[in-house]
Amino acid sequence: MTAIFKNKPWALNIILFALLVVAALMSGMFGQVNLSPAEFILALAGDGNEGLSIIVRELRLPRILIGVLAGATLGYTGAALQGLLRNPLADPGVIGVSASAGLGAVIAIYLGLAAVSAFAIPLMAMAGSLAATLILMTLAARDSSVLTLILAGIGISSLATAGISLVMNFAASPMSLQDMVLWMLGSLENRTFDDLLLAGPFILIGWASMIGVGQGLNALSLGSDTAHSLGINIKYLRWRVVLGTALSVGATVSVCGAVGFVGLVVPHIVRAFIGYEPRALLLPSAIAGAVLLTLADILTRLPIGHGQLRLGVVMAIIGAPLFIHIIFKTRESMR
Amino acid sequence: MNALKIEGLGIRLGGKQILSGVSFTMPRGKVVGLIGPNGAGKSTAIKCILGLIPCTDGTVDVGDTNVAEMPPRVRAKTLAYVPQGAPVHWPLTAERTVALGRVPHLTPWQTLGAVDEMAIKEAMQKTDCWIFRDRLVTTLSGGERARVLLARTLAVGADFILADEPIAALDPMHQLQVMDILKAEAASGTGVLVVMHDLGLAMRTCDQLILLHDTNVLATGAPSEVLTDQNLKIAFGVEVSRWQDGNILHMSPMRVVS
Repeated sequence: MTAIFKNKPWALNIILFALLVVAALMSGMFGQVNLSPAEFILALAGDGNEGLSIIVRELRLPRILIGVLAGATLGYTGAALQGLLRNPLADPGVIGVSASAGLGAVIAIYLGLAAVSAFAIPLMAMAGSLAATLILMTLAARDSSVLTLILAGIGISSLATAGISLVMNFAASPMSLQDMVLWMLGSLENRTFDDLLLAGPFILIGWASMIGVGQGLNALSLGSDTAHSLGINIKYLRWRVVLGTALSVGATVSVCGAVGFVGLVVPHIVRAFIGYEPRALLLPSAIAGAVLLTLADILTRLPIGHGQLRLGVVMAIIGAPLFIHIIFKTRESMR
Repeated sequence: MNALKIEGLGIRLGGKQILSGVSFTMPRGKVVGLIGPNGAGKSTAIKCILGLIPCTDGTVDVGDTNVAEMPPRVRAKTLAYVPQGAPVHWPLTAERTVALGRVPHLTPWQTLGAVDEMAIKEAMQKTDCWIFRDRLVTTLSGGERARVLLARTLAVGADFILADEPIAALDPMHQLQVMDILKAEAASGTGVLVVMHDLGLAMRTCDQLILLHDTNVLATGAPSEVLTDQNLKIAFGVEVSRWQDGNILHMSPMRVVS
């Protein structure tokens, strides 16, 4: 497989960004009311039909923005974690944050907190992801091995999944159980600017923590001893990536539920165009993640799904075959 | 030019004393061989010098500067490392792999500049791997890969190179080639410390030897002073055979001393 953008990553970034603009525009156009590009932009600017303006500005715009932030987060953290753990199978789920956020949300639904406040579910989800991070840090703080980190993540993830099963087991009513299942399947439906304001800051702080880790991730390609000899502080690098992932993915899961496969698949897609250098993967993975999630979100609104299709399901249905395809195409070079 | 000074290096790992009171000086411009039986602490000594393992006692200085107190990037530009059997976790091209040697010279936002590209090309030419710069390291033979990883170390442009068994897995031709490259680096002013097991080759190629035995330095100095029958018996438990070929002295382990 030839990585055609290997020597010009900026070109790939420009193309992906253009794709993102198109995808976002399409996301604004399609829904229960379909708009032309001109109508969408007019409504966005607040000119013309007031009803359309409300639909676009208060429903579709936050949905697009949350989708872009979430997709970028999942793509970036996927690439960063694969680089950090030197494992192409890593994704934000491996450190246990996604499952723990899910547990928090499911508990909120079980206790009926969602009826008390619209923020109950996202807040509980974020609490779940923060708790998971604290446990992870305690378990893996002193040990400097990657294996401990992965094992601790798997342990926390399993524990959270067990907790989710337990809560579902005792769900008070079929309705409540259905709410839990639907939440777990992920969605961007009916998200508002309040959700964005709630999750946005955590996502941005998470990003900030991970800015500039590329050089260290590159050095880690040669193992942690060599990376150390190249002047990289491995511990510092690791906690920046883990904490950044915990914050940004925790916040992402809190507003759009568990959406898998973006973090796993996107770096692999990007590698096909740009090669395996961890640093070069970060930015294009973020943009490509945003494109992929936005497109998947458009698919959930297509008539074939009768408006019932959930984002996590669409992502898994696109993601899994794509992943298998990529594995078959790259197995030669990964040997 | 400042030498690398190791003073009273000691380390305990898991309750076991690995090194104690190890002292030696590594001048620049020389190839210094670090020899000793398996488990003598050669790799540990190198890792201690690099700060990979914190040492329990002793100091490592370059000139008046303590290596442990150097900022990581300064230390990285001073001491370059060739680890034993280093992994390459991603299928990077040979050139991108060598480029990683420039990491200490770059801030998080910098990309490779003209100076870096020059250093990469030079290192790859010295090690004879410029011709396959576009091949993936995962597709290279053991000898080619070892040369790429050596080029990666040379690309750092450090004052000292610490190489942990760089020739252990190589065929005779590549062993000689790697030793030649290290000698050439030393000739241009770099201090080279190389861990090796081939005593005959160490005698012929190193300017100085350090013989580790039982957590300590048993002998240090010119190869002929270090590789005495007595020292070899104590450290390795072997008797050697020696012969001369023209002006060159050879030796080879012959039998185990009971």
